[in-house]
Amino acid sequence: MAISRDDVLAWIRAFAQIIEENNEYLTNLDREIGDADHGANMNRGFKAVMTKLPTLETGDIPSILKGVGMTLLSSVGGASGPLYSTVFMQLSKTFAGKEQLELADWCAGWEAAEQGVQMRGKAVPGEKTMVDAMQPALDALKEAVAQNLPIGEGLRKSADAAHEGMLATIPLVARKGRASYLGERSANHQDPGATSTYFLLDSAAKTWANC
Amino acid sequence: MKKLINKPEDVVLEELQGIELAHPDIVKVFYDPNYIVRADAPVKGKVGLVSGGGSGHEPMHGGFVGMGMLDAACPGAVFTSPTPDQMLEATKAVNGGAGVLHIVKNYTGDVMNFEMAADLAKEEGIEVESVVVDDDVAVKDSTWTAGRRGVGLTVLMEKIVGAAAEEGRSLKEVADLARKVNAQGRSMGMALTSCVVPHVGKPSFDLPEDEMEIGIGIHGEPGRVRMKLEPADKVTEMLLTPVVEDLPFKAGDEVLLFVNSMGGTPLIELYIIYRKAVQMLEAKGIKVTRHLIGPYITSLEMAGASITLLKLDADLTKLWDAPVKTAGMRWGI
Repeated sequence: MAISRDDVLAWIRAFAQIIEENNEYLTNLDREIGDADHGANMNRGFKAVMTKLPTLETGDIPSILKGVGMTLLSSVGGASGPLYSTVFMQLSKTFAGKEQLELADWCAGWEAAEQGVQMRGKAVPGEKTMVDAMQPALDALKEAVAQNLPIGEGLRKSADAAHEGMLATIPLVARKGRASYLGERSANHQDPGATSTYFLLDSAAKTWANC
Repeated sequence: MKKLINKPEDVVLEELQGIELAHPDIVKVFYDPNYIVRADAPVKGKVGLVSGGGSGHEPMHGGFVGMGMLDAACPGAVFTSPTPDQMLEATKAVNGGAGVLHIVKNYTGDVMNFEMAADLAKEEGIEVESVVVDDDVAVKDSTWTAGRRGVGLTVLMEKIVGAAAEEGRSLKEVADLARKVNAQGRSMGMALTSCVVPHVGKPSFDLPEDEMEIGIGIHGEPGRVRMKLEPADKVTEMLLTPVVEDLPFKAGDEVLLFVNSMGGTPLIELYIIYRKAVQMLEAKGIKVTRHLIGPYITSLEMAGASITLLKLDADLTKLWDAPVKTAGMRWGI
């Protein structure tokens, strides 16, 4: 089995749903160490994506992902707009010419996404950002590819690693983004961006569990 | 939450509609993507100035669009950076053939979105330069943070650089001038109360009745120190001293002193702060030759104030005095 075009669409819909359900939760996390808009911004972006999706559905996997990235760029704003846009644009670029995705393809896409986010955000692991969820997820994916694990199992491991990475942001002092202005006061709070990144990977693992 | 709004999601749209109805002689308003340009844009042969940022800081930036100041402003959602498509359209709309300068406040989102917009505009053959404002001395350790924030100095930069562009100076000259203003100005702010972001509906932070937050930003993000409330003179000292020491401003300097309201603090209190600040500066031999007092870069209904000092010279003083006609600032016309 592999991840099909329809599976990709299902994942985007599932993530939009999770963002809507966790709008307030993400905003509250952001209220503690940022500017109280992460949930609202992500929800606005993925609502725009859901509106746009019918016009994207007929395309192939790369064009769907590119359409999502472009929509996020013009609807989210803040830092999460360019960063999440970069995730989807990098996935799209990496999957050029692919009709369906194997775990190795997804791993390569996620690696490109992670590098893109690091470059755009000038962030490295350990600075209390979404990179702290992306990096362990990538490591888990690479290991799963090396072990030839089934797609669903590899994705579950990467989502679990992202979850650990998300929790590991709690003691960190922020070095990037608005939370960095709090200095030591940013410790003991979970990073909102790492949290939404975990949701992204968790919804992939759930949607593609049987791929 | 008590606010004079209709629906939280319509706040920015309805504000823009109001601006469009109020100031047709000064600006044109475009929707989806949202941006405001001066009524006679593009001005042929003039460098175009584009700024933008989250809404909630009114009159900045939309109120500073017009003759002698900005050519365009891109309003984002409340406290959220605007998006590259807005900035790109605004850049195209004000490009009079002499290039476009982006004035960007140093926040992670603003910088990233303006970078992407500048890349897109360059791909379309428009010459773009960007200047980042980062004047907030409250951020001590800029190596370990996203860097100093762009606050009060942004207003002064937009006025001074706007006058220079109006004079017909080149893109390089205008960009260099903006960097010079950034190098010669410093700010620090404080809050007495939090603000309430409309779509959040509750205070951005909790500040007890008898406490204040020193070193506040303009987005309701908490500042550097929380402490018991002090009288205005003491608070003025706490704001002005780090500003003076940071540059440092020295005896013999001529300065513009800008006392800004965060939105909820009335003029009566700003004049009390201004009075003490002038006394302190005079005692140090620093001469206040120009001033600005009022709500120019606000944080919704937050009560509090900020102090900005800009070191002046003959050129900056002349540009500050030059005519300006915008919704938020006008003189000399």
